[in-house]
Formats: sequence, C-alpha cells, structure tokens
Amino acid sequence: MSRRVVVVGAGFHGCSAALRLSNQGYEVTVIDKAYAGRHASGVNAGGVRRLGRHPAEIPLAIAAWERWQNMTSIVGDDCGFRPVGQIKVAENNNDMAILNERERQVQNLGYHHEKLINRDELRKRLPALAGHCPGGLACDGDGFANPYRTVTAWRREAERQGACFREGIEITDIEPKGNGWRLSGGEEHFDADLLVNCAGAWSGELCKWLGEPVPLTAEAPMLMITERLSPFLGTVVGATSRPLSFKQFENGTVLIGGGVCGVVDIARHVAETRLGGLAENADTVVSLFPFMKEARIMRTWAGVEAVMQDHIPVIGLSSQHDNVIHAFGFSAHGYQLGPITGEIVADLAMEREPKLPITPFSIQRFQTPCPE
Amino acid sequence: MITHDLVILGTGPAGMAAATTALEYGITPVVIDEQPAAGGQIYRALESTPVRDRRILGEDYWSGESLIKGLKDPQIDYRPATTVWQLTRQREIGLLHDDKAEMICARHIILATGAMERPMPIPGWTLPGVMTAGSGQILLKSAGAVPQAPVVLAGCGPLLLLLATQYLRAGVEIAAILDTTPRNRYRAALKHTPGALRNASTLLKGVGLLRELRRAGVRHIKGVSALRAEGSGQLERVLWKQQGDDNWQTLETPTLLLHQGVIPNTQITRAVDCHHEWDEQQLSWRPRLDEWLSTDIPGIAVAGDGGGIVGAKAAAMQGQLAGLGAALALDKLTLANSTERAQPIRKALARDTAIRPFLDVLYRPAKQWRLPDDDTLACRCEEVTGGEIRRMAEMGCRGPNQTKSFTRCGMGPCQGRMCGITVSELLADANQQSVEETGYYRLRPPFKPITLGQLAKAAEEG
Repeated sequence: MSRRVVVVGAGFHGCSAALRLSNQGYEVTVIDKAYAGRHASGVNAGGVRRLGRHPAEIPLAIAAWERWQNMTSIVGDDCGFRPVGQIKVAENNNDMAILNERERQVQNLGYHHEKLINRDELRKRLPALAGHCPGGLACDGDGFANPYRTVTAWRREAERQGACFREGIEITDIEPKGNGWRLSGGEEHFDADLLVNCAGAWSGELCKWLGEPVPLTAEAPMLMITERLSPFLGTVVGATSRPLSFKQFENGTVLIGGGVCGVVDIARHVAETRLGGLAENADTVVSLFPFMKEARIMRTWAGVEAVMQDHIPVIGLSSQHDNVIHAFGFSAHGYQLGPITGEIVADLAMEREPKLPITPFSIQRFQTPCPE
Repeated sequence: MITHDLVILGTGPAGMAAATTALEYGITPVVIDEQPAAGGQIYRALESTPVRDRRILGEDYWSGESLIKGLKDPQIDYRPATTVWQLTRQREIGLLHDDKAEMICARHIILATGAMERPMPIPGWTLPGVMTAGSGQILLKSAGAVPQAPVVLAGCGPLLLLLATQYLRAGVEIAAILDTTPRNRYRAALKHTPGALRNASTLLKGVGLLRELRRAGVRHIKGVSALRAEGSGQLERVLWKQQGDDNWQTLETPTLLLHQGVIPNTQITRAVDCHHEWDEQQLSWRPRLDEWLSTDIPGIAVAGDGGGIVGAKAAAMQGQLAGLGAALALDKLTLANSTERAQPIRKALARDTAIRPFLDVLYRPAKQWRLPDDDTLACRCEEVTGGEIRRMAEMGCRGPNQTKSFTRCGMGPCQGRMCGITVSELLADANQQSVEETGYYRLRPPFKPITLGQLAKAAEEG
C-alpha cells in the first residue's frame, strides 16, 4: 500500500489534495518552488462561479459549491466567501440570444442554477448598469471569496492533519525508485510511493518528465483594482461576448478582470501587465458602468495560470504510471473547484471509483488522435 | 508606439545633469517630470518661488539655476506635469499628461526619481498638524507658506536643521528642535571625520547651520529618547523624554515637523523587479548598480539618490556619469572614450561622497524611531498598526507580500511607499531574520493612480 505521497505545487488544488490525503492517513509532503498560493491560487479574481461552466465541469462545480457553503466546518474559516450571486450581462440582442441558448442547454442537461432575467429584473439587481443592456443570465448563490486567505486556510488545515509543507524548493529531477519515485530539488531528495501533480502552470514540465506531454500554455489573466467607492454593486458581473469580471468588495474597492491576458515570463516565474489589454478592459467597464470613468485604479497585476488547449483541466490517473495522479490545467477557472480536487485525488489514491464524473478530464484525451 | 533613444525620469540634479551630458554627445533626450517646474525636491519651484529674498532659502538652493537653464535647451524634449504610471522591463513607459494616457518606448532609460523621507511612525504621527519637514519645505519653496507657529521640529538629519534655519530667516517662531540623535552617535561618527574632511565645505555648512540656530537662541533639546504627539482631532501638544530622565516634558504647539533622513525612492526600480539590496549603513533598500549606474535590467540605469543617498551635488555628478553611460550604450562613445571622460567625474564623486559614512553614522535613526509600537499606525492608507504586523509575523508571515494579503497593508493609494520600509523592518525584527531575507512588497503598476476613463481612452487611440 502506498503511504508516502509527494504533492508538487502548494496552490489551492495541492493544499486540497494534501488535506484529503492526510485525512486518509497518508504521509503527505507538499513541495513548492516559491510559497503556498504564490501564483494563480493566491492572486486570482476570487470568483466562486457555477455560471457559464463547461458542461463537463457542471457536476464538479455544483459539488464544490456545496463545500463552499460549509467552508468553516471543513477548514475553520469561511475563506471570505460571499454568496452575492453572479450575473452575465447581455450588451445587445445578439448577446441575449446567446444567453437564451445557454439557459436552454443547461436545462436540457437537467440543471436549473442558471436563469435568464429580463431588462427590468436586471435594472432592479444592477441599478448602476448602463441602460442599453437588455437582460442577463443570473446564478443565485454564486459569489466570490478571498483567494490567498482560502489557500492559507486549506494549507493550515492540511498541516493540522499532518501534512508537511516545504516551500522554496524547486524540483529539478524525478526518477523512478523501487515502486515509487525520487524527486530532487535543491540539495534534497524526497521519496514517494505516490506522486500528485498539482503544479499549475509548471505541470507541463512534470508531464514531459513522466513521458506524457500535454498541450498546456502559461497565461496571465490581468486584474485591476480601484480605490474605495461607495457601495453600488452587490452582485458579481460578467459580460457575454467581451472578457469581463467585475465585483465590489465590502471595503468598497472594485476588482476588474475577466481574462484579458498580460505577458508571462516563465523563466523569472512572473507575469507582467500589458497596457493594451488593460485599456480594453477599462473600456468595457466604462461602457457598462459609465460613472466608473472617474474611478482611480490603484493596482494592476497578473497571475500565472495553466491553460489547456481545450480549456478544461486534467484530473485523473496518469496514462503512463499507476502511481501518479494529475490535477492541473484548470485554465483560469479552477478556484471554485478547489474544495473537491482533494476528494477526487483521495478517491483515486485509494483506488476507489471517484464520486464525481471525471472521465472528460483524463490526460488520455490528448493521446487519442482526434477524429477531425 | 514611438521609440526614443533616451528617456530620463525626473528633473532633480541627477536628471538634469544626465540630460545635458547626453546632449553633449548627440543624444536628444526626452525628460519626463511629474512636477510643473524643473528642479526636483532640492531646487523645487526655483523659477517661480515667491520667496525672492535669496538669503532665506540659501545659496545652495539658488545654485540650481544653471542646471535648470541647461535643461531648457530647445533640443531637449522636456515634458513637465507628466506622470509615469507604468514601466516595463521592455522599457515601455506609460505616461499621463493633461488627462491623456500614452505609451512610449526607450532604448535607454535613466531613472532619476530621487529620495523620499524616511517615515517616522511615532504615536500621534497621523494627527492633523503633524507633517514632515520635507513637506514643510515644499510649502515654503513653492508657495512661500509656513505652517501655524510656533513650530516644533523633531528628529534628526541635515534637512531638519536646514529647514529650521530657513524658518528662522523667514521669521517663523520655532518653539524647539527635539533632536533624536543618540548621544553616543557623536563619538561613533568621530572616526569617520577624516573622510568627512575631504568634503569640508559640506561639513562646514552643517556647523554653520548649528551656529546660526544657537546664536538666534533656538531651543535645541538633545538626546530625545521618546516622543509622542497628542491632541483631540488635531495636534495640541508634543511630549518627549530625554535620555537619562524618565519624566515626560510637554510643549503646546499647533505644528510638529518630523524628519529622520531620506531614503531612496525605489518604487519604480522595484516595480520592474531590479535586483535590490539592503544597505545596512543607510538602513534602506537600493538597486544594485554597476560602474555606469546600470541596473541588472538591460537599458535601465539609476542616477542620484534613487540608487542610494548621496546628496544633491553628487547626484548631479552621477547624472553626468549616467549620461556618459547612455552615450556608451547608444554607441555615441567608445568604451575607452567614455571611461576617460568618466574619470574626473568619478574622482570628484569620491571626494564629495566621502562625507557619507560620517553623516550615515551620526544620523542613523535608532530602532525605536523606525519600528512603531503596537498601537501606532504603520500603514496610514489602510490603517494597519505595528501590533497587527507583529501578530501577522506570529501567525507565520515571513514577508510583506503575505501581510499584504491579510491586512491590506501597503495596498492603499500611496502604493506602499509610506509603509514599505517600516513593514519590512517590523517583520524582520519580529521574525528575527534579516531585512534582506524578509524582502519587500511586489509593486504593481500604476505607480500613480490613473482613472478608468483615462485608461479607456488609451484603448480607443490604440
């Protein structure tokens, strides 16, 4: 029985895996080249969203949403989760048709969390929105939370359950050893019966070493935050055909993001913002909320995310080794799913059938030649 | 995006000297400055100051006239009242002028962004009526304005004494100077006097200021070991203790001016992630620079106090050196030629900065003046106290980027400029690790706030 586990990457998914594996009595070491939550997990926009999910992700997002309701009982902290709802706004009739179609598609799958709202209802929910928007798609119960606080809470709980975190160690070599693996980084070696790959944007490198390369690119979605403004927005707002995610926190600051990307400098492990993209994003905000024109931007930044070619993550067993589990490539929307990653990883480690449907996320999808 | 050969940020002595030097070698620089008039802090408002009695601000101030004249050469593309809100490692510069955002690019950049005052977070330092000596001097130079008298000046360093004499000459009533220089510092600094004597004129100027204050009968209280500002809603009184005396003494005053030296303003060099090191002698961060004052990022150099405190005269010499460095980088001079021309400048620079060890030791602020107590604010924007930072350290925060996420410390409108050094030092002290290990905020553009509307307009104009 494999008892010693090494998790590579101390982001939200790595911490989640560490917690659930520790719960099951595994001896877990989490290794991170920087520190827990340094990249995507710690600096993302904090959206807790079922709205607009890829059909394959919907069951996972719904299960995760249930965990978000009980966050305090899981990790002793609500992680700043505020279920204020999310609305995707239509800016014209064409957008409205897209949202209409989306609602129908989701309902046909048997889900009812996404609901179309008309102009009047939209006005009621978002009084500050520009008048030209004909409606939107709402998901009540979605909301936002505090990313870095979340990673920290999960990491702490994992530590209480016995997991050991080693930060500032970059894995530079992996080799088979006995029935397991030997990982080397810095001057140290780590032996594991089971290896869990939660290395985010750096997961592709690990996959290459393991002989199963994947089409992963590192991208850097940009965010900007304004000065404190009087409260005007309760709900998280997105746009339909332009990248936008827009929310106001309790302290009055407004966070603007939505996937416009900056520049990744993978060698220096950092991302830089790009003026053109920020300006585009600012333009979207000003056209939807004209009064925001005068709001001052306090900070802009970009986090490094692992984006798969097909924009859904890799979750599952390795196709090459029976003692490797992957959970990476959440393609800039993995934050909400963090709470269930660990449960799936623990099921796989214990050779149980996962309670959630993960077949679409198998790494094998990149190895089967596409029919087209 | 237009690419320029050389862009210089800042029009203090370093920036202005860099511009005129570059021009000598056939480079026509763009010079960006946030202020409406040239001069930086030291020569601020020199062309427009209402303080026309030259005796008040002193001859050092008026000596900036020739540098400003040089900057006004029509071949220099000087752009006042222009804010830099972004700089990338690819040397793209985001500008804001007249409500209009714009991006330009440069082959070579000289950052001459100077110094800022070291924060002095004593109890009550956020009360209205308490300000820094630097801001007091800005008011005097640019508007001929003086704060409500009688004033109390507290802290240490040359600027504090200079402002006191300038106030004295302008007829402002000074209730007291509360000097926080520890008594043993004078002896410690003595061993650096041989170096200081190489720059005897600066040393004599300092002695002259002290004599002028003494002759005028200004109350100069030395060895101050504790200090607090009190008042309900605004400053009413200043309390202090002297070394060896456990009693608080009090002065009623509407104005307290604090100062304990200046530190490099590393906001921009940090934002582009230049390599920085902690200077234990000057108790501040500074970017690592090579002999041509270049950072570890190709094409980005730093001249003047932004690379370590050297003072106005040395800053101008560094500006010349950086100008030669630009000429070398842009192939206007050979290495042999620029090295030869740099030699006399390096020599003069060594002579002028020989006084630094003396000043750094004498005016090194003691720990109690750098680390706020538990109830005193470290971050004014987000109202985070010294105690909260210490609690974060107990919780396991090793560096300021972690405390930022928990407390929002350093995330307000000043972008961490005011609290950055304090928080690094607090965490280093609480975690018993070096400041170097503790690190500094990762800084995010915009360096200065820009509105969504201004940014959106930049999108329309491509």
